[in-house]
Amino acid sequence: MEKKLTGKVIVVGDNIDTDQIYPGCYLALTDPKEIGSHCLEGVSREIASTFPEGGIVVAGRNFGCGSSREHAPIALLAMGARAVLADSFARIFFRNAINLGLLPVICKGISRHVNAGQTLTLDLDAGTVSVQETGESYPCEQLGEQAMLILEAGGIKPLMRKRFGKE
Amino acid sequence: MHAIEKILARNSGKESVRTGEIVTAKIDFAEINDLYLQTVYSFYEMGGEKVWDRERCAFVFDHYAPCPDVKSASNHREMREFAKKNNLRFHFDTNCGVCHQVMPEAGVIYPGMIVVATDSHTTTHGAFGAMGTGCGATDMATILMTGELWFRVPEIIEIRLEGEAPKGVYPKDVILAVLGKIRADGAVYKAIDFTGSYVENLNVAGRMVICNMAVEMGAKTAYMQPNQDVLDYVKARAVRPYEVQYTDPGYEYAESYVFDVSGLEPELACPHSVENVHPLSEVIAGQDVKLDQGYIGSCTGGREEDIAVAAGILKGKHIAPYTRLIIVPASGEVLSECIRKGYIQDLMAAGATIAAPGCAACLGVHEGILAPGEICITSTNRNFPGRMGSKEASLYLASPATVAASLLNGRITDPRPYL
Repeated sequence: MEKKLTGKVIVVGDNIDTDQIYPGCYLALTDPKEIGSHCLEGVSREIASTFPEGGIVVAGRNFGCGSSREHAPIALLAMGARAVLADSFARIFFRNAINLGLLPVICKGISRHVNAGQTLTLDLDAGTVSVQETGESYPCEQLGEQAMLILEAGGIKPLMRKRFGKE
Repeated sequence: MHAIEKILARNSGKESVRTGEIVTAKIDFAEINDLYLQTVYSFYEMGGEKVWDRERCAFVFDHYAPCPDVKSASNHREMREFAKKNNLRFHFDTNCGVCHQVMPEAGVIYPGMIVVATDSHTTTHGAFGAMGTGCGATDMATILMTGELWFRVPEIIEIRLEGEAPKGVYPKDVILAVLGKIRADGAVYKAIDFTGSYVENLNVAGRMVICNMAVEMGAKTAYMQPNQDVLDYVKARAVRPYEVQYTDPGYEYAESYVFDVSGLEPELACPHSVENVHPLSEVIAGQDVKLDQGYIGSCTGGREEDIAVAAGILKGKHIAPYTRLIIVPASGEVLSECIRKGYIQDLMAAGATIAAPGCAACLGVHEGILAPGEICITSTNRNFPGRMGSKEASLYLASPATVAASLLNGRITDPRPYL
């Protein structure tokens, strides 16, 4: 896994629930590409079609609250996001993101320090997030050992395949 | 140790566990709902062949019951094939209802167990002294392969509910009042133990309402020490022997909050957040909220008790012109019982629409979708933008009594004069 990544950001608010990330009316879809085209539609229809490849979603508190739908991280990844930085994450979203290799990183107050369209660099080893345009740097929390174990294996699927001798 | 810690310790083969520790615990029952065909895909992607135990996992077809379109029907077909291929002992097809109602009815929920389901409202089963928690599709696939899942042992907070609820104040009002104070992220990653005299005297349905909405505060799981009502319920249904766990005397909670239930009044969660909670009287003093739809249903508010109170208010009367009231019994068993007791006939005569048991419009899939600009009052658990259809619609969360009284007048109404 990459421990340092740089990307353009979009900024959303507090309590962005999984219905806003991925509306219930699309839950029967199973193709990731199609799922990604509806990402964050509950916030704005334009986000998915204009999202920068390799981008970063910046949010306030309690990102991913609500339902357990794995469609939420699937949609974010398929839309081109590699990380979400927020004040806090809802637990099931956090687990789902780690399992699929989307980085959910706690970075308190980040949504007040960055504007949409700016470029951020997330450095997991250093535990920092820096904003290219302002030159400012902010601390972020480390991911736990268990999360890193899964991420470094490339997600839960490669980890399980290895455990069951499938590769 | 707390009862939840004892459950985690026992299922991980340990003497004890401590907060923050990562444990791998055996899962007593795993449930997959019909939104998550991805579970089957992930299972095969990871090299799964057969589920670990055909007696301990099941599908519940509740979100698309019965199927509204070809895509969901095709998903059901694939999941049904998987269930057949694995010869699963339990299978709950579209005739059954919402998973969190159907599982306790079928006896697969009992005290002291760990139940994991692909549904955030799995916290509901704390009502039975079980540890219930939700997970995503791929986590579920790992359970189907191994029979276990890793957990971080959570901090446990106490929410003590003391006193007797006044007339017109239902468990839904109580949990909304709690939610308004603790907020939507007040218990993220934590477990909530609901204690106090109100909980000790609460029936099974009321306990389920409160534990159900623990997840709306971010909780990983909820717990209530089983009372006689719970033990009677489980005794009549459990498919396995079980052991009730008890919290050690003097256990120190990470945090404790005390609520005096006797001082509450009917509450509302106003658009568009579960934490935007206000006493009903305050909301209607400020504005006249005219309604397009009322909704009584879901794993929160679709039980026999909920439908009974609505029927009591609406019997012999009629909902306001140009409004609709959707009633979605939480299970086939609930619907049968409500038919037998005459509630359904009374509600139909009052102008209600009865939909098939299941999740229906609670999450905006079918059977009661809202148009832009419409306002709905509902006994369900979430009022997020777009939750019941258009994101330009507005949802007020309330008790079933408040929903029924409000539809009678076509505007948000205090139910107390109608009881």
